[in-house]
Amino acid sequence: MNPDAQNPPAQNSSAQSPAAASPVERRIALRKEAGSGALIGYLPVGFPSLAESIDAAVALAQNGVDVIELGLPYSDPVMDGTVIQAATQKALAGGFRLRHGFEAITAITAQVDAPVLVMTYWNPVVQYGVDRFADDLAAAGGAGLITPDLIPDEAHDWLAASERTGLDRVFLAAPSSSDARLTQAVDASRGFVYAVSTMGITGARTDVDSAARILVERLRSAGSTSACVGLGISTADQVREILAYADGAIVGSALVRALADGGVDALGRLAGELSAGTRDAAASN
Amino acid sequence: MSLRTESGPYFGEFGGRFVPESLIAALDELTEEYALARTDPAFAAELGELHRSYTGRPSIITEVPRFAAHAGGARVILKREDLNHTGSHKINNVLGQVLLTRRIGKTRVIAETGAGQHGVATATAAALFGLDCVIYMGEVDTERQALNVARMRLLGAEVVPVTTGSRTLKDAINDAMRDWVTNVGNTNYIFGTVAGPHPFPAMVRDFQKIIGEEARGQVLELTGRLPDAVTACVGGGSNAIGIFHAFLDDPEVGLYGFEAAGEGIDTPRHAATITKGRPGVLHGARSFLLQDEDGQTIESHSISAGLDYPGVGPEHSWLASIGRAEYRPVTDAEAMDAFRLLSRTEGIIPAIESAHALAGTLKLGRELGKDSTILVNLSGRGDKDMETAGRYFDLLDEGATQS
Repeated sequence: MNPDAQNPPAQNSSAQSPAAASPVERRIALRKEAGSGALIGYLPVGFPSLAESIDAAVALAQNGVDVIELGLPYSDPVMDGTVIQAATQKALAGGFRLRHGFEAITAITAQVDAPVLVMTYWNPVVQYGVDRFADDLAAAGGAGLITPDLIPDEAHDWLAASERTGLDRVFLAAPSSSDARLTQAVDASRGFVYAVSTMGITGARTDVDSAARILVERLRSAGSTSACVGLGISTADQVREILAYADGAIVGSALVRALADGGVDALGRLAGELSAGTRDAAASN
Repeated sequence: MSLRTESGPYFGEFGGRFVPESLIAALDELTEEYALARTDPAFAAELGELHRSYTGRPSIITEVPRFAAHAGGARVILKREDLNHTGSHKINNVLGQVLLTRRIGKTRVIAETGAGQHGVATATAAALFGLDCVIYMGEVDTERQALNVARMRLLGAEVVPVTTGSRTLKDAINDAMRDWVTNVGNTNYIFGTVAGPHPFPAMVRDFQKIIGEEARGQVLELTGRLPDAVTACVGGGSNAIGIFHAFLDDPEVGLYGFEAAGEGIDTPRHAATITKGRPGVLHGARSFLLQDEDGQTIESHSISAGLDYPGVGPEHSWLASIGRAEYRPVTDAEAMDAFRLLSRTEGIIPAIESAHALAGTLKLGRELGKDSTILVNLSGRGDKDMETAGRYFDLLDEGATQS
């Protein structure tokens, strides 16, 4: 049982001290106290198989990834680029079911203590039942949800369910978001705010946009103490660059590609290289 | 209570905005600019002039007695959207959205297309206004609607065959949304139907409601009274809402939407979203949708590319839920029979999409009887469907070279 469940944090919890915060916030805050920031790694459940996806997530944590972002494959992933689309389509073709997501979380959290957030498009949660989904996610040891196509304006049921269960809820903030919307995202989020580095979809990019730095500054002004940057990040240098101003760096497509091309071993090596970016950041700060 | 005044984001419990945050600013901008435009006499005048001197509006109505003899003797009147420039109702919406694109200062437009009618209309308007244009079309659809692909390219648009998922309309929308998220700074998404996130369902409806407004007056003039029923095919539902809307507050007028039942609603190969689906979230809105237990979208099937979509506009879901409109399935075979029947009895070759409305009307006429009048939205013409029809009816000479 999540120890925070009896005492759901207040709405603007990202401004709270680490002691009172969610496991994800605590993990990010600890890495910041150590002079760096957190590395968050994405992988989809069921790719290349359910068992291998569990091993892969465990390998992330064993190679320095602080928070695991576990994606649930979905038929219409509008925020995802070709690498993640190909992986999640393969998982669906391989028979992925939502219950496999909960099974994977249980298996991963039994082996490593990195918090596991689930990244899911909204319709699967709606069809499973928002409350039932929240209960089963908490029971499996999951930390919360990242919801790429759910904005706080439409999230009434999920805000209520996450209050009740103490689960984290990560909403997105974009360079195009108005100041009012950034404040709303900061207030509604718990765990962290997902700062979209650039206008676009997932996929490795050679340059991470300077828009990310400006967006994080704006999120700070809106009160965020836990802002993590994602989209396009694939190298230790980019992780280092982002952690100079953000609280966490999120890597997805690069990890999925490593897993697809070289299996769990190659994935672990890349995770280890990327996490070196967090240590260098600490040393240079 | 008037049903005509609903303007979103919600229609009852349907609609909303289930999209990535990156798109919200663009949707807000469109919403605000559209709100200004709809009360701006200059906007209305310019759109009205395009309708008159470019599209050819008002479109006529045609009574079809030889066809109606097969519909229980009911009077059947067609609203001839097939005669519009570009061959379907899609141009009505596109011209409105292209004028909006110019108002917000964007220079590039993107669109999804299924049958190609919306893509052709968008490519046409982009040519007229000098905008860059990219059309996303499922690879399956580029093959079955090859003529429309050529048409779009001739008009200067780039056509991108979409190879993900089911490679049809739903996947074309996914890729168009990915493009929009990435290029929203200079790009406007000309959405083709009354689905998607707010403001598209209400805005596209407003640009299409001219169909029903014209037809209501035209039928009154012809027959002296309102029709007993108004019918249309429903994929996403833009031609249907376009002809229904003027009649929403006329309770004596029955509204009937005909969904594509493909090979039958008891087979897995259909696109009968309201008949067989349940509420869920797809492409930015909560509405009825074909999905499995886990909320994964189920691939639809229809012989008509324009109806081959597993979702439907939220206003239709609302009209179904309150009982104001009725949605019925029509199979591929029924639609193709009606396609041939209208061609042979009236010399009008309909789009296969519109043939679903005709097939449904044949049955409905037998139910309503010979004193009834049915207004049908003939939403498009069948030129684009000649290859499909040729194969279906075995009309092509074996080995003949098509030129």
